[in-house]
Amino acid sequence: MKPVLLAAFAALLPGVTLAAPIREEGAARRGLAVYHQVCSVCHSLSHVEIGDLAGLGLSDRQLRDLAADIQVAGPPGPDGTPTTRAANLSDRLLSHFPDEASARAANNGALPPDLSEIARTRQGGAHRIFTLLTGYTDPPKGVSVPDGQFYNAATHTHLIAMPPPLADGAVTYDDGTNPTLAQEAHDAAAFLAWSADPHRSARHWLGGVTIAFLAVLAGLVFALKRRVWSRV
Amino acid sequence: MTPATRLDLDPDQAPEPATGSWLERRLPVGRALRREYRDYPLPRNLNALWFFGAFAVVTLAAMIVTGICLALHYTPTEAGAFDSVEAIIRRVPSGWILRSVHMAGASCFFAVLYVHIFRGLYYGSYKAPREVLWLSGFVALLMVMATAFFGYVLPWGQMSYWGAVVVGNAVAAIPLIGHPLAGMLLGGDAPGAATPMRFFVLHMLCGGLICAVLFIHIAALHVTGSNNPAGIEPRSPADTLPMHPFYTTKDGVGLCLFLAVLLGLAFLAPALLTEADNYLPANPLLTPPDITPEWYFTPFYALLRSVPSRLGGLLLAGAALAVVAAVPWLDRAPTRSARFRPLARPAWFAMAASFLLLGLAGSHEATGFWLWLGRLAGLYWFLHFLVLLPLIARIERPLPLPTSLA
Ligand code: HEM
Repeated sequence: MKPVLLAAFAALLPGVTLAAPIREEGAARRGLAVYHQVCSVCHSLSHVEIGDLAGLGLSDRQLRDLAADIQVAGPPGPDGTPTTRAANLSDRLLSHFPDEASARAANNGALPPDLSEIARTRQGGAHRIFTLLTGYTDPPKGVSVPDGQFYNAATHTHLIAMPPPLADGAVTYDDGTNPTLAQEAHDAAAFLAWSADPHRSARHWLGGVTIAFLAVLAGLVFALKRRVWSRV
Repeated sequence: MTPATRLDLDPDQAPEPATGSWLERRLPVGRALRREYRDYPLPRNLNALWFFGAFAVVTLAAMIVTGICLALHYTPTEAGAFDSVEAIIRRVPSGWILRSVHMAGASCFFAVLYVHIFRGLYYGSYKAPREVLWLSGFVALLMVMATAFFGYVLPWGQMSYWGAVVVGNAVAAIPLIGHPLAGMLLGGDAPGAATPMRFFVLHMLCGGLICAVLFIHIAALHVTGSNNPAGIEPRSPADTLPMHPFYTTKDGVGLCLFLAVLLGLAFLAPALLTEADNYLPANPLLTPPDITPEWYFTPFYALLRSVPSRLGGLLLAGAALAVVAAVPWLDRAPTRSARFRPLARPAWFAMAASFLLLGLAGSHEATGFWLWLGRLAGLYWFLHFLVLLPLIARIERPLPLPTSLA
């Protein structure tokens, strides 16, 4: 009887994991709008394919609409001139700049970093992204800000080469949320947190289920062990 | 049932008559498995520390299964490595599960092996007649270390790249053959275009070799049988229990708990075991402010940096391992278990503490306090193996040993 029970449990595990729920990621989905309308002007998200955004709960229709709205480099024209085409689902969210030099030239010599893993590689993660995006203020009296730099309380030197990207109403949300600066910054941070760890909710869920399963299994095997060892 | 003891398995015995199924009469593998994994007599007093060999076997199996699946999606090129790992995490179906388990598995493998080794050191499992068993385990440890290093370089992140630089420099410090050897390893003066493919091949090769060494390890174990917490050989059949069902069920409980830890780490706290900087692509022009190895290499990293000479550091790190291999010949006391050794027992705790302190020192910048802590802990490590153990063996008066395990 015991082996049958264990086998049943073992058979259950893969079935349960397949049914992992996809969480509502409202903030991260709005953050995609922030990225698409604002951040992507200068930054890239080069490890994310448009199709990956399905992980945020976007429908196929929404993904195709988004792809149609993004232009990527196409095959060279008949006379060798560069062309562009509408993106498809397997295109990545690359930089709009053709190369590093032109990205730097457009940004006072600074290179906007790729944002795919930024919530993981910068200390403070998503929270820091929020404070940075909302950290722009007028410099205190007596502090001079060099050309091409901006005053931001959240950075180490209080200076940053990125101009303030967000403001009240800088983004249009299609779910009716009021686009305040704080809302936009919060949503952008949630989106970048998703990008750095796209399977987080499934991961946590799987972890919980696995541990619960193993705890039950450990209990059963322990009972079995007790019975076996009671003979000696 | 009266389980046979190892002593009954006389190799000069007449071969058992060929009976059983068609296959069994030609290749008696079923009989061998029953003898070695069902009826196999184990001391009846093994405690939870004897789980860890089984944990290591299970971890190795998990590493091989997840590793083979990952290899199917990995691109061993300078331009493609980082991207292919990103693709595995993001969109290869279940790729993130495979990678989480493979990464947590690497850490758990070392944690398990360190417990396994320190268990052996405490209970004197390395002493006669188990020296070859000990050495085969030691070789397995070296292979696991090499495999882990090669594997860590594969994603071609910043820590991968600069870790390879550090090790390349250490290898290059070997007199005469160092430079050509480092060049052969990296495929150039520095990690570069040839490195990912080389390390990919070496990672898979060493992973396979671990299995081969493990085979020898288990074979040697089944010749001598297991040691036990009392450190005396089983004297009568009453001192032993057959592996099945006694230790299969007991190890089963341990395995459930171990897997809960491994998978819990993999799915709930992966950041605990990963260096965030390795999600920045390798950049040969940008040295990271602090090159920190994975936690399991920090004791040896501390030794590598403890002296101002590259060769000296390399020799110290190598010697710290070598004394472990040599311990059966350094500690000549006839009593195995530290339970009955009033001097060796506290010495074991101090030695284990020095290993932990070395690890702590190796995970901090090598300046001031941490540099000196590493030096002192390293000094104690060598003092323990080269001076204290031989000395204690001479002067210690062991407590009276029990006469049976029952
Ligand atoms: C891939 C790595 C290894 C694997 C898979 C492995 C596996 C095992 C297994 C399954 C056992 C029997 C169960 C037990 O006693 O825990 C064992 C015993 C043993 N191993 Fe390992 N081992 C490994 C590495 C090592 C290392 C690095 C050492 C020491 C340098 C070592 C030394 C021993 C000794 C001395 C025993 C017998 C212990 C006793 O009976 O008291 N092993 N090993």
